[in-house]
Amino acid sequence: MLITCPYCGPRDVIEFTYQGDGNRERPQPASQDLDAWNAYVYDRLNPAGDHNEIWQHSGGCRTHLRMVRNTVTHEISSTGFARGDHNAAARHKAGGKS
Amino acid sequence: MAERQSPERQLPERLSPLEPVFHTGSHGNFEHGVDVILTETRPGSILQLAAWPGAEKQLIEAIRKVTGLALPDGAGGGVAKDGKAVFGFAPGKFTVVDEAEGLASAFAKVVTPAIGTITDLSHGRTAIRIAGPKAEWVLAKFFAIDFALPAFPIGAGRSTTHHDVFAQIQRSGADQFDVYVFRSFARSFWKALCHASEEVGYEVQ
Ligand SMILES: [Zn+2]
Repeated sequence: MLITCPYCGPRDVIEFTYQGDGNRERPQPASQDLDAWNAYVYDRLNPAGDHNEIWQHSGGCRTHLRMVRNTVTHEISSTGFARGDHNAAARHKAGGKS
Repeated sequence: MAERQSPERQLPERLSPLEPVFHTGSHGNFEHGVDVILTETRPGSILQLAAWPGAEKQLIEAIRKVTGLALPDGAGGGVAKDGKAVFGFAPGKFTVVDEAEGLASAFAKVVTPAIGTITDLSHGRTAIRIAGPKAEWVLAKFFAIDFALPAFPIGAGRSTTHHDVFAQIQRSGADQFDVYVFRSFARSFWKALCHASEEVGYEVQ
């Protein structure tokens, strides 16, 4: 399986680390809303299909990435920097396999 | 012990981590010619520079000012000439190398805290050069990246790993690559590189 890092280009999946569900929204650190914290820690959409995910190119440029991965086919339909202001550094189109 | 102290500052002798396994001469299957040459380039300075968000252009300008090297546009772009080298290895981050020592103090005057950070890795990395018509072939055994010239142009840099150990690679010529590895892993990487080069015939210089 290849993942196209927007900085480095297509790389083997072994260079990447899954950093979790990209749909979660972290409550403010001071929040005492237990339902919000419970949802952040435990609630997952667990879809059979496209899924927003956070990955890190830990064996390459080490930047954190947003990806949409299909949990059934493993097709990656988009990749981008988790930090939006990195986008000027991108050279590879999202989701490209080569 | 006072009598052993020299009045002049003694320059320390530079040691190589490869020394016990560094054997100059031709090795492996070289009867039909040597297809790769392996060397340790031993630069005096290896730095990592990182720009704060939005200060990337200022950092690139600082690199030009200190080294005279103009970074080409684009991710992983770089240039190597006149004993100096620079390449991008991550967004806003660059490796800068100089044959001479003292590059960190030269940058300290120009890369202000508002622009970014300087990390001196001169003692933390070992630079290994592989050159020759089979350099791409040998490196492709280690790293799952495209070494072909159109995909990996001269001067460009790449961050990748070999068995989970980081390596930064710069193409410093059409058939020449400089590999920067952790100094503590340099000896094992060198031995592996020698083994991988045996089939094509290699010379250590
Ligand atoms: Zn990357």
